[in-house]
Amino acid sequence: MIEHNLVVIGGGPAGLAAALAAWEQGVRDILILERDNQAGGILNQCIHNGFGLHRFKEELTGPEYAGRFIELVKNTDIQIRTDTMVLELTGDRILHTVSPQHGYEAIRAGAVILAMGCRERTRGAISIPGARCSGIFTAGAAQRFLNIEGYMVGKRVVILGSGDIGLIMARRMTLEGAKVLACVELMPYSGGLTRNIVQCLNDFDIPLYLSHTVTDIRGRDRLEQVVVSKVDDKRRPIPGTEMVFDCDTLLLSVGLLPENELSRQAGIEIDPRTNGPRVWENRECSIPGVFACGNVLHVHDLVDYVSAESEQAGKAAAAYLQGLRPAGEEIRLENGFDVSYTVPQHFHRGGEALELFFRVRNVRKNTAIRVMDGDTQIARFQREHMAPGEMESIKLPKVLLDRVKGDRLTVEIEPVGGGAHDAPSPAAGDTDSSLRSE
Amino acid sequence: MDYDVVIIGCGVVGAACAYELAKHQLRLCVLEASNDVANGTTKANSAIVHAGYDPLPGTKMARLNVAGTAMMGELCRKLDVPYRNNGSLVLSLSEQDDGILRTLYAQGQANGVPGLALLNREQTLAMEPNLSPDLRGALFAPSAGIVNPWELCLALAETAVRNGAELRLSAPVTAIRRTEGGFCISTPQGELTARYVVNCAGVSSDRIAAMAGDRSFRIQPTKGEYFLLDKSEGSRVERVIFQCPSQLGKGVLVTPTVHGNLLVGPNAAACDETDTANTAAGLDFVRASAQRSVPGVNFRDNIRNFAGVRANSDRPDFILEESAAAPGLIHAAGIRSPGLSAAPAIGLEILELLRQAGLTLRRKDSFIDSRKRVRFHQLSDGEKNELIQADPRYGRVICRCETVTEGEIVACLHTPIPPVSVNGVKRRVGAGMGRCQGGFCGPRVQEIIARELGLDPTQVLMDWEGSWVLCGETKDVAP
Repeated sequence: MIEHNLVVIGGGPAGLAAALAAWEQGVRDILILERDNQAGGILNQCIHNGFGLHRFKEELTGPEYAGRFIELVKNTDIQIRTDTMVLELTGDRILHTVSPQHGYEAIRAGAVILAMGCRERTRGAISIPGARCSGIFTAGAAQRFLNIEGYMVGKRVVILGSGDIGLIMARRMTLEGAKVLACVELMPYSGGLTRNIVQCLNDFDIPLYLSHTVTDIRGRDRLEQVVVSKVDDKRRPIPGTEMVFDCDTLLLSVGLLPENELSRQAGIEIDPRTNGPRVWENRECSIPGVFACGNVLHVHDLVDYVSAESEQAGKAAAAYLQGLRPAGEEIRLENGFDVSYTVPQHFHRGGEALELFFRVRNVRKNTAIRVMDGDTQIARFQREHMAPGEMESIKLPKVLLDRVKGDRLTVEIEPVGGGAHDAPSPAAGDTDSSLRSE
Repeated sequence: MDYDVVIIGCGVVGAACAYELAKHQLRLCVLEASNDVANGTTKANSAIVHAGYDPLPGTKMARLNVAGTAMMGELCRKLDVPYRNNGSLVLSLSEQDDGILRTLYAQGQANGVPGLALLNREQTLAMEPNLSPDLRGALFAPSAGIVNPWELCLALAETAVRNGAELRLSAPVTAIRRTEGGFCISTPQGELTARYVVNCAGVSSDRIAAMAGDRSFRIQPTKGEYFLLDKSEGSRVERVIFQCPSQLGKGVLVTPTVHGNLLVGPNAAACDETDTANTAAGLDFVRASAQRSVPGVNFRDNIRNFAGVRANSDRPDFILEESAAAPGLIHAAGIRSPGLSAAPAIGLEILELLRQAGLTLRRKDSFIDSRKRVRFHQLSDGEKNELIQADPRYGRVICRCETVTEGEIVACLHTPIPPVSVNGVKRRVGAGMGRCQGGFCGPRVQEIIARELGLDPTQVLMDWEGSWVLCGETKDVAP
């Protein structure tokens, strides 16, 4: 069996940044395994600009953003093995892989970084009724056909879901000569960024129907019509509100799911709220020496944050390989009112400052995030606007963490006014926030 | 005469007939309206091999169900078709159900179903812990199983073709004329003549009969809707779990599939023969009904819905007979459930009906009665390595969810019945069947089909004629 010090599963933005960070910390034997025929991951098909504003203070396209990291990796001895699929990861960090060049190969890793990314929810996942005709694509699959293969999937388009991939594709299809008839969103608010609503829908006069959904799909061979209905506050279609769109294409932008089949197989504990591994503050999973970062851990909005998180995981993997393990008793992080998840899910007492990432369940204006140590509020952060489609983060300084008395902290949103508890809330993992331009 | 026998329809029934007939010295042709075999009822059903206690004793359904089920294991082994003899349970959830179970048990005994047993609640829960708290007992049928129905059809048809049968796809029959000593059959590809015609046209079999002047039965297409759940739900139950049958049919079942998923369905609703649409009401009904027998099914892990149209007829039994109005036309029609289970025996039955109608059957000296395909994910590590060294395309995984390699996709495109669509590839090797439903591999499968068959990518269909995927190149400027 061949051995490597650090094996990174996935050569997208998360895997590349994690590997580079580990390299900078002195790890010299790093192997990145990538299933596609090139590194860069989903960024390769995101040819629009707007990536890297935080990271590089300039607007890059997806391939350019990935290219910066690929260039940096080329200047190291990090190996990238493309066309390589990991079939299985075991709890003792043995990876079973196949590739055309190396055949079947088992690799023993000193440490593993999970960076497999996420996949799109499909028609089946939301059980849209109707005909089984062609012309129904996930937005990302259509994006690949368009931007990588160079083919159009249709000419008259309806988009279900206002997540950012859907919005980006509304503009992209329009620029290629298609007519985008409508963007339909089940929730009373958009899942995408305001700027994308403006630049991808409003600028092209594409109507956005909030609190609407697709209730029927018609067409024997190819899609011919979709029926869109208004939904009530429990998200049930209201009879009599049907609108019929003549179209040949329906794009689905209805959520992303972290791809954790390998993690589950390895016995790594998965948080049902994120559908990603449950991690410590250094992004270490329940199996020591296995770290997770990027969209396999939780679905991010911005690739810049993926890079930052992945560097953290890369550094932690390097420390692990150097025999440095975080100490201190466990403090758990729990989601309180209107918070759908937190990452990390737990941390060690006595550590450094902590940056917490989470999502809210509802659109909130002029309210605050509170961190509670039992009944005691230890921190409060005012926010003008929060939405489920936008990941929130707060920083808890070391001095504050050192004062924590209990074994758990609760992150919650300060309730304002009445009725907040009755508002509809998306279930865990339902947020559609793609790698998008800001 | 061009042919001794023409079979109309290449679902599992037509394919089973072709397989049996191909063992004999005959000029044999199979006509299929669709661009692929197994593209109707065969690809959208419960995929169950029924034990045979449901049909009334004395019916053809009872006899052929039990006989077909007994043949299934050996047939699937020979032709490399996924099959599992996992047994079935019919649950009793009420006092009334207890009576129905006793009736089914008696019917099963009369039909010759092996090994039937009435179990009490504890015995049943010991076998299947995830059943309803209302459970009272069950009828256990150890001979029941699950099969891959479209691969069974494909394997039978492929074997027939390998042994000399001719298969014409995209050849819907438009007219049948009786001629001296036979029939003249029209298709858009031209006319052909045959001494005997076997009508295996499924939901269209009454129309085929009528073309030959036989209006002795009518098909009432009946739709059933399903949920197919992720493999994470695949071990929710080990056996096929039925509820007690009612006037509406066998009721909603919950079963693992041979691929490791969980299948839940169907309902039953009269429909038009091409109507495979799902309805919100139908799916709600299936979901709610399934919860009665297996309450823990997590429908959030659904990966696909589909609907199948069953060829129910206005007669209570399978229609397996020579047409009175058109002698020489043999019907294999009205093949409703348990048609899949009975299919191997129906093939033999049709052979016998043809013999009785005057066809001379002489066995061929040699008949290739085996089939084998690579299933990469099932190979040992050593076998994987050997295969990749021989052909590196087996090292490139195209479908991540089901671990299907480029080598397997390329191989299926060069079999006796090559697929012409993305779903045709899916039915042969499983690419796109998994949780991402082809989101990642769809474009790559499209590209491989185009490359191997020498097509432009825009010509590659999702499935049947007209189901186009791509409408042209980007910025495609006309010259």
